[in-house]
Amino acid sequence: MTEFLPPALILIVAAFLIGPTRGVLRHAVILGAPLITLWAIWQVPNGVVTTVQFLDYTIEPVEGSELRRWFATIFGLMTFVGGLYAFRQAKWYELAAGFAYAAGAIGVCFAGDLITLFLFWEFMALFSTVIVWSGGTAAARAAGIRYAIMHLLGGIVLKVGIEGVVVHTGSIDIQPMLATNIDTWLILIGILINAAAPPVSAWLADAYPESSPTGSVFLSAYTTKTAVLALILLFPGEPVLIGVGLYMIMYGIIYALLENDARRILAYSIVNQVGFMVCAVGIGSQMAINGAAAHAFAHIIYKALLFMSAGVVIYRTGKSKCTDLGGLFRTMPITTICGIIGALSISSFPLTSGFTTKTMISTAATDEGMLLVYFLLTAASAGVFLHAGIKFPWFVFFQKDSGMRPKDAPWNMSAAMIIFSALCIFMGVYPESFYGYLPYDVNFEPYKAGKVLFYLQLLLFSGLAFFLFLPLMKRTLTISLDFDWFWRVFLYRAGKLAVEVGTEFRDAFGHRWRRVSSAYVDKLRYYFGQSGMDNRRGMFASAWPIGATALWIAVLLSTYIVVHYL
Amino acid sequence: MNQNQDDHWLVRPASIRLLWKLFWAVLAITVALQIFIEVKGYFGVDGWIGFGAAFGFGSCVAMVIVAKGLGYLLKRDQNYYRAEADDD
Repeated sequence: MTEFLPPALILIVAAFLIGPTRGVLRHAVILGAPLITLWAIWQVPNGVVTTVQFLDYTIEPVEGSELRRWFATIFGLMTFVGGLYAFRQAKWYELAAGFAYAAGAIGVCFAGDLITLFLFWEFMALFSTVIVWSGGTAAARAAGIRYAIMHLLGGIVLKVGIEGVVVHTGSIDIQPMLATNIDTWLILIGILINAAAPPVSAWLADAYPESSPTGSVFLSAYTTKTAVLALILLFPGEPVLIGVGLYMIMYGIIYALLENDARRILAYSIVNQVGFMVCAVGIGSQMAINGAAAHAFAHIIYKALLFMSAGVVIYRTGKSKCTDLGGLFRTMPITTICGIIGALSISSFPLTSGFTTKTMISTAATDEGMLLVYFLLTAASAGVFLHAGIKFPWFVFFQKDSGMRPKDAPWNMSAAMIIFSALCIFMGVYPESFYGYLPYDVNFEPYKAGKVLFYLQLLLFSGLAFFLFLPLMKRTLTISLDFDWFWRVFLYRAGKLAVEVGTEFRDAFGHRWRRVSSAYVDKLRYYFGQSGMDNRRGMFASAWPIGATALWIAVLLSTYIVVHYL
Repeated sequence: MNQNQDDHWLVRPASIRLLWKLFWAVLAITVALQIFIEVKGYFGVDGWIGFGAAFGFGSCVAMVIVAKGLGYLLKRDQNYYRAEADDD
């Protein structure tokens, strides 16, 4: 009830201002609003701050906690650096949509009840679709429609689940639950759809790479990580999530290995990384939740960094396929180095942010004595280096000489990449600087000589495997089928078949049907339309004299009176 | 494609050979260091000498081969979905 600014509102206002403003003023809005938002995020105290009465419910649009501020901070930071990266190159409507999208994500962070959460959830779905469409190509339009269908469907599932919980428990509070009945299962499924969990993981790698070079930077950050936050708030320790997370981890690696498009490789590796977080939420211990939150923070930074370096390459060369790229390190040193720093971070190399955050998750698995989970996570860490850590920079910047000699990144894109690169290293070198902001007390020491050595062996020998098996990973001009084949091809063909059968049926029985139907149409026309030789109006279509009308009304009314007294 | 003498240092065959030698040396050192630095095994086996190296290498080879195998099943021409839509 204090007078203060809801952080999400600042970005919504900014999103409105980006359109009408011009020149310096617009730049000031794009670069200033995220900073004010960050300030506002840190003004939110713990606990429910504002309440609004809506119908019978007490809505809590802003509720603070360490965890919520932590996620909101990285979303705010992402908006600032993303804005810096994009403000001179992106179209204004893409930037406006990006800010509204970020506002939705920050709104979810502070949502104190399920209704607010749902509203901001849909807000994100709408504006992220606009970003996909801003890609401007026919493929982007089609992918945007598929993306919107998937997210609106997910939204409906979530909404039905929320309504079920509200009806059966009478509470709209956001509190930890387990998937024990149909309501909570629907909420869980609705959230997992946004986390790109199986079997719908394909929406992510389908839509993100079709957006513009700047758009994919925004897209990479918010949707899946708000889903992780929602999972932490609602389903900590839900055992199903361990399996779902491990599946996502392996799925991301395998599909990224098969992929030819540079941004699609990165998109698959989002699924892989979110899998680590989902798995951590499933483990559910304090260490695991800390790990999920810390890893989400670090992940947004290095994943945006990777998408930025890929974005610069596409911006400068117009190409995104590994088969077309290669040898760009000669003329793009800044982009190459920043891309490599992002790649090392995602691979959790010692001295990068990935090492100080991801190893929390595997330590949590060992603390809980989960042998299989630990070994799968470790194998996956090796696999991340394989599919993202080396494959991405190798095929884009080194490999063969593509003959292209593009210029390096424009100054604002370079600045954005350098800020995020510095953060990747800072978080890797000074982990104690951010451990204090995590939701639980951190009792974790990232750098132990034995552990560093273990990870160096693991990663360097993964690198050896990459270069020895390079011939097996020759890029081909292909895409890989996914579960979305069932609705993009199977259902499409089934629909077409149904139409064909229907046509056959009509041709076979059509003449009989037409005879019956035309008799009805003639009757309708006789009473309601104009028909006949003199184009006479039907009984209900023609104008009646006033006297006749008055007479009929009198008859009706008197009949009514008689019937009433009978 | 590296015939040009004036091409970048990184892509000359001589420097690539040198990089490989350095890489092998670093690999050997990371395993050898385990004689001096104890790696705490959480489940016993992961504390063995060179376990990280073997596990990393082995799981990557397995993933590459699984991906290759699945590729035969899942890979389609890059215009696959477009061709489907243009079919009618």
